[in-house]
Amino acid sequence: MVTGLIGRTAGKLLVPFIFIFGFYVVVHGHLTPGGGFQGGAVIATGIALILVCFYYQECVNKYMSLTTFKVIEAAGLVLFICTALSGIVLASGLMFNWANANGSLFGHAVEYGVNAGDMLTAGIIPVLNFAVGIEVFGALSVVLLCMFAGLKETTAEEDNK
Amino acid sequence: MIELFPQAYFALHILFLAAVVICAAAIFWLKDLIAASIAFAAFSFLLALEFFILQAPDVAIAEAAIGAGISTAILMIGIKGTKRKESDD
Repeated sequence: MVTGLIGRTAGKLLVPFIFIFGFYVVVHGHLTPGGGFQGGAVIATGIALILVCFYYQECVNKYMSLTTFKVIEAAGLVLFICTALSGIVLASGLMFNWANANGSLFGHAVEYGVNAGDMLTAGIIPVLNFAVGIEVFGALSVVLLCMFAGLKETTAEEDNK
Repeated sequence: MIELFPQAYFALHILFLAAVVICAAAIFWLKDLIAASIAFAAFSFLLALEFFILQAPDVAIAEAAIGAGISTAILMIGIKGTKRKESDD
C-alpha cells in the first residue's frame, strides 16, 4: 500500500468521475475544447489514482498488466492508421473525410446557425479522436506502470498486522 | 465577458501570474521534496487557470491533466523510491 486510509478512500470515490469526465472530453472532441489527447491524459490520471489506491501488485496486476496497456496503445495506433488509410481506399487521399454528411454513423449534416451541437457530425474526426484517446491513455499508463515497477510496497498481510 | 469587465480580467491576470511566480520560488526553495511536488502541482493548476482566462481551454485541460495530475504522481512515485529530503552536498 502506498497511501493511507484517507487518500485511498478519496481516490476510490474520485476514480469513476475522472473516467467519465475523460470519456466526455474524448467523445465531444469535435464540438468542445479538448479532444483525444486531453481526454486520454485525464483517463490516465484515473489510472494513476487506481494504482495508488489499491494493492497493485496483487489485484490490479491481474487486470492491468504492462502487456495490456501496450496492446491498448498499439490498438489505438492501428485504429488511427487504418482510419487515415481508409481515405485513400474509399476516397481521394490520406485522411480524406469521406464519412462527412453522408448519412452514416457520424455523418449528420451540420445545422446552420446557433444550436446545441450534434454529436453525430464531422465524419471520421470523432473516430480519430477515439484513436488518439486510446493511444494516449495506453502510453501514459505504460509510463505510470513502469514507474511503479521500481517501487517496493507493502502487501495486504503486512498492513493488517 | 471580457469586453464588459476588462479591469477585472487584468486583475485576474496579475493575481494568477503573481501566484505562479510565488509557487515557482517555493519549488526552488523547499527542501522537502514532497512539499516541492505539491507546490509544482499548484503551479500547474494556476498555469491552467491562466491559460483558461487567456481563452485557451484546450491547453488548460492538457495542463491540468498532465501537469497537475500525471507528472505529480510520477514525481511522488520517484520520491517514494528514493529519499524525501534534498541534501545540500
